Amino acid sequence: MSARDEILANLRKRNLEVPPLPTLDTAWLRFEKPAEQFATMCKAVGGNVIPVTDRKSAIATIAALPVLQGGNKQVCSFAPELFAGNVDPALITDPHTLEPLDVTVAEAKLGVAENGSLWFDSSFISQRTALFIAQHVVLVVSAETLVHNMHEAYARITPPRPGYGVFVAGPSKTADIEQSLVIGAHGARSANVLVVG
Amino acid sequence: MSEAAATGHDHPQRATAFIKDHTRAQWHDQALWFVRTKRDRAIDLVPEWQTLRETAAAIKAHTVARLPEYLEQFEANATAAGATVHWARNAEEHNRIVLQLLQKNGVKRIVKSKSMLTEECHLNPFLEKHGIEVTDTDLGERIVQFRKEPPSHIVLPAIHLKKEDVGDTFAEHIGTPKGLADPQQLTEAARLHLREKFMQAEAGISGVNFAIAESGGVVVCTNEGNADLGCSLPKLHIACMGIEKLIPRVADLGVFTRLLARSATGQPVTTYTSHFHGPQAGGELHIVMVDNGRSQIRTSDDYRRSLNCIRCGACMNTCPVYRRSGGHSYGSTVPGPIGSILSPSSDPSAHRSLPFACTLCGSCTDVCPVKIDLHHQLLTWRKDLASKGFVAWTKRASMVVASFVMARPWLFRFAGTWGKRLGRWLPRALLMKGPAAWMNPWVRSRELPPLPAESFRAMMEKRGKQ
Amino acid sequence: MTAARRIGLFVPCYVDQLYPDVAMATLEVLEKQGLSVEFPSQQTCCGQPMANTGCDGQAEPLARRMVSLFAGYEHIVCPSGSCVAMVRHHYKSFFSADDAAYQHVRKNTFELTEYLTDVLKVERIPVRFPHRVGLHSSCHGLRELRLGHSSELGRGVPTQDRARHLLSGLQDITLVDLTRPDECCGFGGTFAVAEEAVSTMMGCDRIADHERAGAEVITAGDMSCLMHMEGLIKRQKKPTRIMHIAQILAGRPVAAGGPR
Repeated sequence: MSARDEILANLRKRNLEVPPLPTLDTAWLRFEKPAEQFATMCKAVGGNVIPVTDRKSAIATIAALPVLQGGNKQVCSFAPELFAGNVDPALITDPHTLEPLDVTVAEAKLGVAENGSLWFDSSFISQRTALFIAQHVVLVVSAETLVHNMHEAYARITPPRPGYGVFVAGPSKTADIEQSLVIGAHGARSANVLVVG
Repeated sequence: MSEAAATGHDHPQRATAFIKDHTRAQWHDQALWFVRTKRDRAIDLVPEWQTLRETAAAIKAHTVARLPEYLEQFEANATAAGATVHWARNAEEHNRIVLQLLQKNGVKRIVKSKSMLTEECHLNPFLEKHGIEVTDTDLGERIVQFRKEPPSHIVLPAIHLKKEDVGDTFAEHIGTPKGLADPQQLTEAARLHLREKFMQAEAGISGVNFAIAESGGVVVCTNEGNADLGCSLPKLHIACMGIEKLIPRVADLGVFTRLLARSATGQPVTTYTSHFHGPQAGGELHIVMVDNGRSQIRTSDDYRRSLNCIRCGACMNTCPVYRRSGGHSYGSTVPGPIGSILSPSSDPSAHRSLPFACTLCGSCTDVCPVKIDLHHQLLTWRKDLASKGFVAWTKRASMVVASFVMARPWLFRFAGTWGKRLGRWLPRALLMKGPAAWMNPWVRSRELPPLPAESFRAMMEKRGKQ
Repeated sequence: MTAARRIGLFVPCYVDQLYPDVAMATLEVLEKQGLSVEFPSQQTCCGQPMANTGCDGQAEPLARRMVSLFAGYEHIVCPSGSCVAMVRHHYKSFFSADDAAYQHVRKNTFELTEYLTDVLKVERIPVRFPHRVGLHSSCHGLRELRLGHSSELGRGVPTQDRARHLLSGLQDITLVDLTRPDECCGFGGTFAVAEEAVSTMMGCDRIADHERAGAEVITAGDMSCLMHMEGLIKRQKKPTRIMHIAQILAGRPVAAGGPR
């Protein structure tokens, strides 16, 4: 008997009464000012939140970010209309070549007010490694795409099948050494988060 | 044979050794209490927290009841997305499957992100025996890996170590300057060291926080970015999971992602919540689903709810005993309250002291995001251990005697009166010191309770109020 | 006041033998509310120590005795959250669900502060207690009987804390604030002996919390917690006094050397 058959047979030996699956239609947490809540939470998780009025100012703001100054920055941009990178993700076949990346620029599909996280997936991010291997990330989200909580987020997005999707909440971090919070573990050392509109 | 059984050490002995360094034990207690307070502050921002817990518990109860159907659904959908699903009856089978996948692909160097399941299966030593270099990439796990220790906490593997300990470890293994103990700088050194490992790895192994039946995806929640780097750079991603990690729908993630990080560390969400449906282009995703005693636990009406566990560690952070004895004193892969319920299932003899390493205070039950009745299950384990003959005969004998006495009011009065008389007459030296202290641990640090000549019932008799 | 109910006083076994004044104070507190209370003298023990050691076989005969002794009372009151929790939550494996005597006893056994607050609806007890008091939240009363708000549940779950309600109504009392309002004292029954090192450290930590808060007296609804903390306090020759809440509510003064 295969392991599969044996495990399933073992499980089926014990017929359990099946309690109903909850419908999840509770009135979940909402905020009077979701954009403000998003900013507060994103800062709390280590993001550097920069509100900008429109896409034009987003372009200017990104260009002026300290992480993008200085010559020879390797930048991969998934939002070329906001910032033109010099590493074209479409040409990458081996993610290892992204190791020297200084900055990844990407625009999220939506943001979640309750926790300051942003959704990215492989339908518009062709090289997921770029989100983690770059020293810094610059993330953009439009205020009108902000949702209040994770339930609303999951109602709006569909993780690609096949594919990859991720909620990113600020820069990488760890508190594994004596509970001391250190921003910048293995992923991005910093996350500039522009909220547009 | 587990180390606990082999060495004859059990929780009380190890806990006593831990507490001998009282300053350090207090520091450990404060560190974990701090994590508990962060959790408290986080949940105060979620007014519907109790509803979330109830909903999560209901989702899990439903899923566990229909587990075979959901496993089949998950397998079908994961396969349709391009993943390969493997089934493992036990730890040995899991390890063999993983090894075969690595050998088939000529893999010699792997990176691994946090997976308590792989700890449970003792995967690392098995792979290393077969010539595979395993690098644990979670910072805490890498630290204990260097030190050849098991993690002492399922979420904070190195919580038992001070920064100086980490500094010493890194000086020895990755060449940081002796005496460097600044967490920022140590983390930076680890970043550079592990980045090399990510770049050289030929496969990445991850755990699974949630497996979605409806879509065939696996979800991994991390803070450091190590799982994503480790499973995106190499072409081969192996995701290892216990069969109880299933949830029915993508929408259910809304509930669990709101509970997990807040319960674990007090963060509103982990930095990365990654959803893997099938492999990357040109890559492979293998999902190894492991039973290893879970289907057995599921048959028990008493312990089934322990399968709700999402491995958040909140029960450990709040447990006053865990905080003062440390994860290593449990001698089990998963320590603390949930570990003290799960481990006796696999080896009641070795882990017989664990359900008694508890005052039944119930704090664990109240923090558990999936409403496992932890302290009630610990009590039930005591009954099961007693009936299996794993409770010391001295303990059982004293309860037989006590029950005999208590069933006979005249004997109770007699024993009370004369026991107290003896206590009042015997000199302190005999009662409290030397052999007495050895026989009666109470008196090591405590005075005996008062031994009044007149009991309440005697007073009432005098009062004529019967 | 209340009509002539038959009230049975349920006294924990070790309180009867070692802390009889706690039982006497409980009796006085109830009598001051106009109740006539009986003490069935054949009672001994509810069986909790045996059950908590996993020895259900030894607990069962005691549980049966308990129920038959008290089945005739309309209400049963006990100055111990853990004994009441044993009767209300952990007797079910010893009785069939349709056992009328068991069901009656289960539904009508109350812990003292809960009886005063919920059943007798006591608003204020006219006693003066001009001292700084640390209220220790005994775990079984708190998390099994929900006598108060457990800090783990967050602010969204307000539950009136019975002991706090009764104590705050006393004249000139000051209730101090602890850093860990409901951490376990470490008694835990046989745990106190089997895991002596952890038990002692937990007890010392609780006492230290009360000391830092400036408590002159530590009180609780369970004498077991207090017995453990008192043992540590006396060994360390600390000045903090221990009193069961019944003794405070009965108007006992803070005596030198604590309760007898």
